[in-house]
Amino acid sequence: MSAKAMQRKSMAPWNFINRHALTILAVLLLVVIPLSLESFRLGLAAKYLSFGFCAVGIVLIWGYGGILSLGQGVFFGLGSYMMAMFLKLEAAANADSSSSTALSAFFGQAGLPDFMAWNSVEKLPWWWEPFHYVGFTIPAILIIPALVAFVLAYVNFRKRVGPVYFSIITLALAGIMAIVIIGQQGYTGGINGITDFKTFMGMDLDQDRAKVIMYYVTAVLLLLTVIIGRFILKSRLGKVLVAIRDREDRVRFSGYDPAMFKAFVFSVAALFSAIGGAMFSLQVGLASPSLVGIVPSIEMVIYAAVGGRLSLIGAVYGTLVVSYAKTFFSENFVQYWLYFIGLLFIVVVMFLPGGLASLMEKLRLGKKQAETLKTPVGKNLETGSQ
Amino acid sequence: MNFDMLAMQAFTGLSVFTILMLMALGLAIVFGLMGVINMAHGELMAMGAYTTYGTAILFEHYFPNFMGVYFLIGIVLAFCVTFAFGYVLERGLIRFLYQRPLDTMLATWGLSLILQQTYRQFISPKEVEVPTVSWLQGAWQVTDTLSFPLSRIFIIGLAIVTSASVYFLLFKTRWGLRIRAVTQNRTISGAVGINTERVDAFTFALGCGLAGIAGSSFTMLASTGPVTGQSYIVDTFIVVVFGGVENLLGTIASAFIMGQMQSWFEYFMSGSMARASILLLVIIVLYFRPNGLFASKVRR
Repeated sequence: MSAKAMQRKSMAPWNFINRHALTILAVLLLVVIPLSLESFRLGLAAKYLSFGFCAVGIVLIWGYGGILSLGQGVFFGLGSYMMAMFLKLEAAANADSSSSTALSAFFGQAGLPDFMAWNSVEKLPWWWEPFHYVGFTIPAILIIPALVAFVLAYVNFRKRVGPVYFSIITLALAGIMAIVIIGQQGYTGGINGITDFKTFMGMDLDQDRAKVIMYYVTAVLLLLTVIIGRFILKSRLGKVLVAIRDREDRVRFSGYDPAMFKAFVFSVAALFSAIGGAMFSLQVGLASPSLVGIVPSIEMVIYAAVGGRLSLIGAVYGTLVVSYAKTFFSENFVQYWLYFIGLLFIVVVMFLPGGLASLMEKLRLGKKQAETLKTPVGKNLETGSQ
Repeated sequence: MNFDMLAMQAFTGLSVFTILMLMALGLAIVFGLMGVINMAHGELMAMGAYTTYGTAILFEHYFPNFMGVYFLIGIVLAFCVTFAFGYVLERGLIRFLYQRPLDTMLATWGLSLILQQTYRQFISPKEVEVPTVSWLQGAWQVTDTLSFPLSRIFIIGLAIVTSASVYFLLFKTRWGLRIRAVTQNRTISGAVGINTERVDAFTFALGCGLAGIAGSSFTMLASTGPVTGQSYIVDTFIVVVFGGVENLLGTIASAFIMGQMQSWFEYFMSGSMARASILLLVIIVLYFRPNGLFASKVRR
């Protein structure tokens, strides 16, 4: 056996993992996690997975589109709040389901969410009305955030706003959204968010069975987004996208409209985030401004960065690893969590720009080969549009 | 609305303007001249504020007779501490990331989280306040109904002095010439014998030092807590971006506009809505002028 063949053999397990990465992820999410975790931990895993949607979207737009969005929380929040509005109205409609709605019924405002009654809002605002119907809510979650994202991105990229500026704009949007939600307490629940709902179309969300069902729905949807992402990247559209990231002006000279491509991918990422937000509300029973603002939005970027900004599957692992670490720290030594995540930001950016996925690649190809195949994570990524 | 109220509103606007200007000057240098996005800028302001707080405690213990001047020394110390920190930061972290502005954002964000926790753990999880020096207490009584707080007047003066010195440094000194040269053309600057790495480090440190001065002067208006910096950072970025990077005068003008808007908007609507509508307005303006309101028209 030649040395080369031997080396190839020693790489075999890594090659296997690489080839079947999606299958392995599916087995992990659909079989290993649900079978090995008790109900409470499974709920946590489901919560993490709903952030995974954002991370997958960020890989698409950041890793392949060169657009760093520091405002994915906006779209996550839109999805989360729309779902919570529907659930809250359902809770308010059957006054028996919770004690506080009974209270508002007592005040003669049946059908009105409790926090509105507390803030002496007497009539349901018109933009709450359509959220009585599931037939409106779900399409709204799928369409509105994506549409908002598309318009925002298209308008800005049309004007050739640079990548750094766009990041700051998304950052400002995340800030605005949190400020408005907290400020308009009577309509949005303010700093407490929208909470205290138990049923989704009659299904009790607190039961273990409902939790397991919700977990599976989330996991399947997440796998679907990864598959859609893969499909987009493998298509011609994905090729153009990478070309735009690396040399936007050349793509423009070739007759493409980079703004359209970038806006499309940005809205796909927003759609993913909104789905994640909706699943979050369903499982955690909460829509909160603390998941909308600047801090959570940037935290979502680190999920993708840790997993590997060029790897859709890596993003899911990144989310799981970082979120698990967060829970671990907050349960054991809270004061070190910020040190940990702060260092994580620095270390990943400085020493491992390709994230866990690039580590994997190194193991698979051996150090030397990986160097030559190095993906343009560094310099080329930024020169795209100036 | 009578004259007094108008004057009061204008003064509030002026005060907010100088505060924004102090905050934005440092960032404008770091972001505008160097293209580095320092998300830890707010935490550097907090560092300046904490330095002033430390100075106050030191004076209370050892030189209680000189409490009157501690604040001036505190400002100088704040500048020195943040300048040194900025220098180390540039050498240790930022210089490896010059080619990757988006990554710099993430790395400095990580740094800001670490700094926050450091303040919380080693200084105080609660907000701290510094004693106001005696000659800054009270107000300047213009008429019976109109009075301007002395501390705010002091900040206005400080902002003028600071921006004048920055202007002098950038446009009238050898160092300023080097900084401008490196900004305009790094390669040629290196070729004519400017040590570009040293200029980078100095410029970055200068920007950080200015953040320290800003933070130090804020201690007169508000208390300082571990997350104080984070609440400043978005506003600061918006001022710089709105004014057009690479243009210090633009930054000052944009700080003026934002200051007046903030003061007037808050007069007509609730604080949160005022902030939100200003940010929205800025995004709209950026749509029409993507490089900022006062972008210099240069070909690149």
